[in-house]
Amino acid sequence: MKALTVAAALFSASAALADTPVLTVYAGDYITSEWGPGPKIEEMFEARCGCDLQFKPGDLLPRLLLEGERTEADIVFGLTTDATKRARESGLFAPHGQPLDALTLPIDWTDEVFLPFNYGHTAFVYNTERLAEPPASFDDLLNAPDDLKLVIQDPRTSISGLALVLWVQAVYGDEAQAAWEKLAPKILTVTKGWSESYGLFTDGEADMVLSYTTSPAYHIIAEEDRTKKAAIFPEGHYFMVELAAKVANTDQPELADDFMAFILSEDFQSMIATGNWSIPAALPRDGWPDGFKELDLPEKVLFYSEDEAAALRDTAIDAWRRALSQ
Amino acid sequence: MAPRALAIIAGALVIGLTLGPVTAVILRAEGWSALRPGDWQALRFTLVQATLSAFFSVLFAIPVARALARRQFRGRGALVALLGAPFILPVIVAVLGLLAVFGTSGLANRALSALGLPELTIYGLHGVVIAHVFFNLPLATRLILQGWLAIPGERLRLAASLGLSPRAMWQVLEAPMLRSIAPGAFAVIFVICLSSFAIALTLGGGPRATTVELAIYQAVRFDFDLARAAVLSLIQLGLALVAGLAALRLSRGEGFGIGLDRVVPRWDSGGAARGLDAVWIALAALFLLVPLATVVWRGVPGLVLLGPEVWQAAGHSMLVALGSTALCLIWALPLATRTGEVIGLAGIALSPLVLGTGLFLILRPVVNPVDLALPVTALVNALVSLPFALRILRPEAETIRRDYARLRAALGLTGWAWLRHVLLPRLRRPLGFAAGLTAALSMGDLGVIALFADPDNATLPLKVYGLMGAYRMEAAAGAALLLLTLSLGLFWGFDRGGRVGARA
Repeated sequence: MKALTVAAALFSASAALADTPVLTVYAGDYITSEWGPGPKIEEMFEARCGCDLQFKPGDLLPRLLLEGERTEADIVFGLTTDATKRARESGLFAPHGQPLDALTLPIDWTDEVFLPFNYGHTAFVYNTERLAEPPASFDDLLNAPDDLKLVIQDPRTSISGLALVLWVQAVYGDEAQAAWEKLAPKILTVTKGWSESYGLFTDGEADMVLSYTTSPAYHIIAEEDRTKKAAIFPEGHYFMVELAAKVANTDQPELADDFMAFILSEDFQSMIATGNWSIPAALPRDGWPDGFKELDLPEKVLFYSEDEAAALRDTAIDAWRRALSQ
Repeated sequence: MAPRALAIIAGALVIGLTLGPVTAVILRAEGWSALRPGDWQALRFTLVQATLSAFFSVLFAIPVARALARRQFRGRGALVALLGAPFILPVIVAVLGLLAVFGTSGLANRALSALGLPELTIYGLHGVVIAHVFFNLPLATRLILQGWLAIPGERLRLAASLGLSPRAMWQVLEAPMLRSIAPGAFAVIFVICLSSFAIALTLGGGPRATTVELAIYQAVRFDFDLARAAVLSLIQLGLALVAGLAALRLSRGEGFGIGLDRVVPRWDSGGAARGLDAVWIALAALFLLVPLATVVWRGVPGLVLLGPEVWQAAGHSMLVALGSTALCLIWALPLATRTGEVIGLAGIALSPLVLGTGLFLILRPVVNPVDLALPVTALVNALVSLPFALRILRPEAETIRRDYARLRAALGLTGWAWLRHVLLPRLRRPLGFAAGLTAALSMGDLGVIALFADPDNATLPLKVYGLMGAYRMEAAAGAALLLLTLSLGLFWGFDRGGRVGARA
């Protein structure tokens, strides 16, 4: 008898839940963890949609490609430009339908499928107490004495590592391998992902770490520490953007559209800077949190379209691998 | 059910759980992929580092285990338990701990520069081997120590009354024991090191230290090239199988005959041997415990920063660990045979990424894999821990089966009676150790969770990475300390349970 009551209660509870539409969003762990922007996004969007936003953390594209047409995802949140070509070719995504004139990116963005929500640039971050005079340009970095030690990420396993080899490719072109050969003695080690590198840097193992121009903002805002800075190079910095997209055969097309519009709203854009420690994609500088206004940012931004990047990727990684394997 | 039937079922489960996912990945990939030029270099490096790492782990473990086997001192039990700790740390935490000692600004280099000596660099092949020895020396030591403790006291007494010299002791008792134990220890460590990649890359200093597992990671997570992932993981599986078979051929132990389970003090431990033993124990303790101490040291300030979600994750991890442990032991008992041990190696030889992807593909048409995040994690952890459990259990299980075969036949002991009165009581020490190791390993593992991650059921290692990814390095260090403490607690609890009353 008791079991029956419990079963009935469960059934009615799930029936009640079924009345609330569910928007399923695939996002990376760094988004959905309680220290990422996920919980805030969920709270803000649920307040306006009368729906239940459910984040599913994990690998984005591999999982989506494995699931194919039968995916539960309505939105994929946090794709990067290294994955957009593959994602576009899968045919799993629909146009976002949002006007792009509000974007405040340093490059022109006209993509109809992938909608930017925040951006940053690759940069070498250093500690002013340890390195009083950082290299003033990429050339300076290449010619710095070999006891200047860097940690970087592997372009074969990390997005920031891939952005770095494309950055070197964009600055040095055919001379990329020679540039890597000059850099090689200064590279203390290469890690699988960003976290390992940044951990080594904050532990004092290296002088500079490959990270983002926005990294110092975390230290300024969360720790009131102004000793971490990004070295700005006149040759330009590689642009890194995070994107959201709507899944074509979503069973919640209206909700998904609302979510895409929400991404560009001022509420979202004002939150994302300190939520994801990146620059909002559609918010003029005046609207940024104070710590972000203090950041040193590059004048020149380098970026390859997904087709260019796909064509150059193997060459760029190979130049890196050959130079560092010697 | 007949023991043989149970063994066949257990073995078939292992094979099904490894070959099934690979097959699913191959079917999905629809085709094969040729190897790239860089892959051969990766394969060579993988073999070289795994061979060196396993060789040095076992080599150094022999004197340390011998010293621990013949010395009794205060804190010996605690030391033996603590020695297990490096093995169960999440990779990222252990690497940061090692570098706090051996890195450019680590303790070792600071001491050297204070003495006016040149700086040492850890980055390179030697760094990879040092890190792998750090992880695996404790395991090797425990496995070999187990062998030493399994020599019946009666043989030692006989050796003493015959007045055998240390050299003769070595020839008659110790060398034969090592011949039967060491190859298996070498094989299991070789196979773990085969699939190493974050440690190899970070301490190897760059792409020279590319392993096959890195190529698999790239293929699965970055290129979504399943064909390539499948080919590479089959190569890895093949290598592990060869290592397992070779170890099996080499480890022809004779056994020492039956004893009366009495603990007998050793008589060969005076004089110069005493000093040498002390040196080995001190060196091993220093090498293993100083990096651990840095993990503790850096973690303490972060402990106060941990919120309820971290504690909740710790609860999930404990649950998974206990589930894995029960599963693994039930699985291991029927498989504790020579063939069983080779089959068991498949569990750690298969890349966790391919295993995860394959399981996802298999489960997906039936259920939502995310709903099964914790059970799948527990199952995979049990599978991955199985080779260790078998390595620990098999030598003694075989000895018991052989030594008590006559008793068994005479009394007609079967099934439960045999388990309860003969096998389990005699296996108590290795069972405790195996359970401790499985529980601790399961606390630290996050191999397959990438595709199965469930936000409400996250495990503690995932939280450590989450905190690091959000710049919260201090809190991450605190969470890592919590993980270390819980893992060690589980390990110590089970291991101690196995050693109650055994005085060893």
